[in-house]
Amino acid sequence: MVRKIRIILAFGLYATNLRCSISNIQPTSHGKTWWTQREDLSRKRSWNVESPERLLYKQPSATRGGSDVMAVTPWLAPIIWEETFNPELVDAIYKPMNLTIATTVFAVGKYIRFLGEFLETAEKHFMVDFKVHYHIFTDQPQEVPAVNLAAGRKIFVHQVPKLDRWQDISASRMQMIQTIIEEQVHREADYIYCQDVDAKFHFRWGAETLDRLVGQIHPWYYDLSRDQFTYERRPESTAYIPSGVGDFYYIGAMFGGTVEDVYRLVKKCHENIEADKAKGIEAAWQEESHLNWYLLHNKPSKVLSPEYMWDDQRGKTEVMRVIRLSQILKNYGEVRENV
Amino acid sequence: MIIYCTPLSFRQRKVLFRDRNCDLDSPKGLLYKQPGITLGRCDVVAVTPWSAPIVWEETFDPVLVDAIYKPKNLTIATTVFAIGKYIRFLRDFLETAEKHFMVDFKVHYHIFTDQLQDVPAVDLAAGRKIFVHQVPKLKRWQDISASRMQMIQTIIEEQLYREADYIYCQDVDAKFHFRWGAETLDRLVGQIHPWFYDLGRDQFTYERRPESTAYIPPGEGDFYYIGAMFGGRVEEVYKLVKSCHENLEADKANGIEAAWQEESHLNWYLLYNKPSKILSPEYLWDDLRGKANVMKVVRLSHILKNYAEVRENT
Repeated sequence: MVRKIRIILAFGLYATNLRCSISNIQPTSHGKTWWTQREDLSRKRSWNVESPERLLYKQPSATRGGSDVMAVTPWLAPIIWEETFNPELVDAIYKPMNLTIATTVFAVGKYIRFLGEFLETAEKHFMVDFKVHYHIFTDQPQEVPAVNLAAGRKIFVHQVPKLDRWQDISASRMQMIQTIIEEQVHREADYIYCQDVDAKFHFRWGAETLDRLVGQIHPWYYDLSRDQFTYERRPESTAYIPSGVGDFYYIGAMFGGTVEDVYRLVKKCHENIEADKAKGIEAAWQEESHLNWYLLHNKPSKVLSPEYMWDDQRGKTEVMRVIRLSQILKNYGEVRENV
Repeated sequence: MIIYCTPLSFRQRKVLFRDRNCDLDSPKGLLYKQPGITLGRCDVVAVTPWSAPIVWEETFDPVLVDAIYKPKNLTIATTVFAIGKYIRFLRDFLETAEKHFMVDFKVHYHIFTDQLQDVPAVDLAAGRKIFVHQVPKLKRWQDISASRMQMIQTIIEEQLYREADYIYCQDVDAKFHFRWGAETLDRLVGQIHPWFYDLGRDQFTYERRPESTAYIPPGEGDFYYIGAMFGGRVEEVYKLVKSCHENLEADKANGIEAAWQEESHLNWYLLYNKPSKILSPEYLWDDLRGKANVMKVVRLSHILKNYAEVRENT
């Protein structure tokens, strides 16, 4: 493995005084914005699911092996669990596509301490053998650890300010992801996965997660009824979800999909957060509330089971055959900016 | 409304397809049962190893599915071939389709027949049309069957690319009994054959001769797909039928006819270009098979008939 550390200090981003606003996007020489070009590109992209000849794997069945978990949503998006997919087949389909997958993590304030393990375990388990671009947002670029990266994988470091409230740090991510897509990721990546840094990978977290728009079921809510979900319940908020409505409770710590679909998600959530702010409202769980509103009304095309984002605090449950990624135990009082 | 079309001419043309929005927008205020992730049917498998859904009763919510797809103002084309004695099945097909097939959607029925005058007059719901295309009656049923790939390719080039978002290519000798709806919409859709869903892959009647372009060796194969139903977005089905047509011609030049004609080529194509959605045998059953425990509903079924009596040669 070649020791390859590419750390690029891209530019400064300011969450509240945004220098790179949308109105400054320059049209291309053909008179189109990058967004229109991207839509053209996505239309030309082949969505074929080509499978190589002579690949051998166990025969699928439509009737044998029905399981204790639901593998599809009521709108027929797959829910990804161990044994619902064949990893060799999935890799054989996706690897030849020469994809680049961007991932964003925010390591601001004391959360920088989690970055080393996140990156090292990601190198072992996250999209192995794919081209991955880690986009690290931090107020301490000098603290970004040196990690051995496999070939084709890069780290980009973006300096951001440390805000006073953890709620603000969390909510500002939507705007920052929107900006990084506009500035860079739209040119360089096909898919983007936006993750929390205070987590470790333990097992394959791979191409079975690729899809147009992907939501992650919250590990504490997968077995609760919708009226127990901590949606925003005040009608004055743009994130309002009334009782009696709701599919899953999605965790803000992971969402992803194609760059264009995630762009629409983060842009909308950012707009809604700003609209709420103008009215003096902060949604119950900040951007997570807005994410849940968005994914309720713009259904994900794929949903990840709690295997893909567990919480070490929850211990083991019967339905979990593997844990692929989990939020690590920590003392919130110690790491958050304000408690 | 029936629209009679001029005979097909087989011209190649570059085609551009209709743009469409692929979002799954769900209207505010829509009420439906909460999905669970640990409860559901355990007697069937609802997803393939490449994560394409397999559509069974109770794996989807019809109210939610309709609420997502109806606002998209889609047009769904369906092709049926009613040639020779098969014209007798057309009325039942159309009348039951009006009751169960993509109800409340815009549907264009494209009927290929050698007997224009025998196309029955059927009441169609608003937004639904029939187009009739005259085609010759070939001497062998195998040739009639195999020629469908080329004809579907042509009708897409000539007309459908402009007018339809999705296309479903079906057999006429079948009747609808239950909802056959928007839950079937997807990029590329295959239909599991009702006689093969519970067999090992080495019992599938794939083409087994390496000389054929449809060759699938033992040890490979996902499902046995029936040639009587395949569908998806117009551009995806176009690629499928074009590829199958080319392969049929290549085989013909080599003096080979695959074991089950275009069905063998369809199976080859769907093995190496995986469908994004698969329909359970509920979506095309065979009345000859009777009942099976796993079938909670039968939505469409091939009707009992005497093959010797209806086929061109037997």
